[in-house]
Amino acid sequence: MTTLLNRETRVVIQGITGHQGTVHARQMREFGTPVVAGVTPGKGGSTVEGVPVYDAVRDAVQATGANAACIFVPAPFAKDALLEAVDAGIPLAVVVTEHIPFHDMLVMYHYARAHGTRIIGPNCPGIASPGYAKVGIIPNVVFRPGRIGVVSRSGTLTYEIVNGIKEHGLGQSTCFGLGGDPVVGTSFVDALPLFEADPDTDLVVLVGEIGGTAEEEAAEYIQHHFTKPVVAYIAGRSAPPGKRMGHAGAIITRGRGTAESKLAALERAGARVARFPYEIPDLVAEIAARGARR
Amino acid sequence: MVKLAEWQGKEVFRKYGIPLPRGAVARSAEEAEALVRDGAVPLPCVVKAQVLAGGRGKGGAVRFASTAAEARDAAAAILALEFKGEKVKEVLLEEKLALAHELYLAITLDRSARLPVLITSARGGVEIESVADTEIDRQHVDPFPGLTAFEKRRAARSLGLTGGPAKALDQVLTGLWRAFMAEDAELVEINPLAVVGDGLVALDAKVIIEDDAAFRHPEYAEIRDDRTPLEEIAREKEIAFVQLDGNIGVIANGAGLTMATLDVLKEFGGDPGVFLDLGGTDDPNKVTEAFLLMAQAKPKAVFLNIFGGVTRCDTVAKGLVAALTQVPAAERFPLVARIRGNNEKEGIEILRAAGITSTPNLRESAQAAVAAARGAGA
Repeated sequence: MTTLLNRETRVVIQGITGHQGTVHARQMREFGTPVVAGVTPGKGGSTVEGVPVYDAVRDAVQATGANAACIFVPAPFAKDALLEAVDAGIPLAVVVTEHIPFHDMLVMYHYARAHGTRIIGPNCPGIASPGYAKVGIIPNVVFRPGRIGVVSRSGTLTYEIVNGIKEHGLGQSTCFGLGGDPVVGTSFVDALPLFEADPDTDLVVLVGEIGGTAEEEAAEYIQHHFTKPVVAYIAGRSAPPGKRMGHAGAIITRGRGTAESKLAALERAGARVARFPYEIPDLVAEIAARGARR
Repeated sequence: MVKLAEWQGKEVFRKYGIPLPRGAVARSAEEAEALVRDGAVPLPCVVKAQVLAGGRGKGGAVRFASTAAEARDAAAAILALEFKGEKVKEVLLEEKLALAHELYLAITLDRSARLPVLITSARGGVEIESVADTEIDRQHVDPFPGLTAFEKRRAARSLGLTGGPAKALDQVLTGLWRAFMAEDAELVEINPLAVVGDGLVALDAKVIIEDDAAFRHPEYAEIRDDRTPLEEIAREKEIAFVQLDGNIGVIANGAGLTMATLDVLKEFGGDPGVFLDLGGTDDPNKVTEAFLLMAQAKPKAVFLNIFGGVTRCDTVAKGLVAALTQVPAAERFPLVARIRGNNEKEGIEILRAAGITSTPNLRESAQAAVAAARGAGA
């Protein structure tokens, strides 16, 4: 998906001097991503893993030409970090930080949109295109270049599924971890058109969760606008109603957003539905073997 | 999610200038009687259980009184209730108003639109779910300009208000919007909003505050959700922990993987009872604490399903092995482990040294966990 990540991608890591920022700067580099700058206010002039650190995103952009931001800044300061990236003209910002109040995210989303920045996240593992770049925290070991797109609301479940695809001898074009928060910068409906237009993607694996209506909206989009095959999996089919399972996205209320409603909508839209994560690679392989394009 | 009791929600409303009935909270029948005798609560009055569940009117949790003695008896009856599993500890006493009409008002988040939504209905005083869609008006409100005058005029029209009550609505909506934004609310709801003479009065209040905004709202720190004692300990240690009736304990990382693990166990006839989501941690001590918490829940077997990312496999393995040395022999449970991802080899090696085998295949390991729980139960 060279519209988002390509050979010109140059990453600035906001919060690079923190533990996670440092660890993932190294891993993004090991993936082959040019990590050109870090930003931590007050730490400008230092270096982390050989990456120069700046006090402000604008300084980092001017000095290095950074054009993608990866944000590890703690939740109370994440809104400001994102607004700063938008203000510096960065077109793609992956927000890894979890527990950002949705009221902050409302401001972040609408400000970013007004100024032409795409947000992925928050509370998300980010995006990776094997062979090009990775912005985020998805473990490098799960990837292998290929022609399967993955888009998911989950974190570790995404790793599990992407790894399953790899172990089946197949590879991925681009993998999106969108995050499961109430307000996300990029939803299924925002990501699917990118896959539709992507010449490197033959089919898409969509991984959803109970709660919210993002999967139902994705089904609607697939039915009317998406021409590539889709394999879908929804986690939480057996989750007890009303109990929270880790984050706000995973709440069932009054029949809306249930696994049944999502699975039925996706099946109606023509997606192949996997009942368990380990069924996904088989379905994918089956479709790939038939010849990728419908 | 911090759900405020009615009286707490009304304290929030008061701060933002939303008109309320005169009233006060009592924690005993004697206190209720004294509040009426002192004139803090005018007669006739209504006595309401301060519980989070809805449907109080039908459940005997709302009573009326026209003397101080009746207020005492009503409070005594309500304070003796256990309403939908919740013990009543407080009652709210308020003047009973002569109302002409009941309306519905709420502001919450529309996730799909990524905007707050103002919901109004002229059919207040009943559960909003039971009101037909055609009788409910929804307006998205952009946080940048905030709630505008034209949006407030549309709300007034949708509620059929003109003159004095329409003017009063302007003030109520301004307050409700400011409360939603400034208090980091997930929901602010007034049902019913009563038309009383030329004005409006909020007869009930439902306010839910977002957990993630807790860092800027220390005032809500003491208000707790309905958690079991173990769930409460987990919350303090920032471990996502849900306790149900089954007998298999599940330890995973990430909400999606935790739910998927549960789905697979159910498929093979398992009965998962406790879910523990380690989330993202690279501290083996946190993993140890999580295991010890799991041991307290006394599962028949535990299924550990980890895909290492931020939480590396070796971190989990170290934490697990440390925990096992602290669990008394009599309280040990069979453990089925599956650890994949970052630092998988190191993690598997640490487990192997402690006599634990990690199975790579999800299907097989889930089946083994179900069998282990059955074996222990027989």
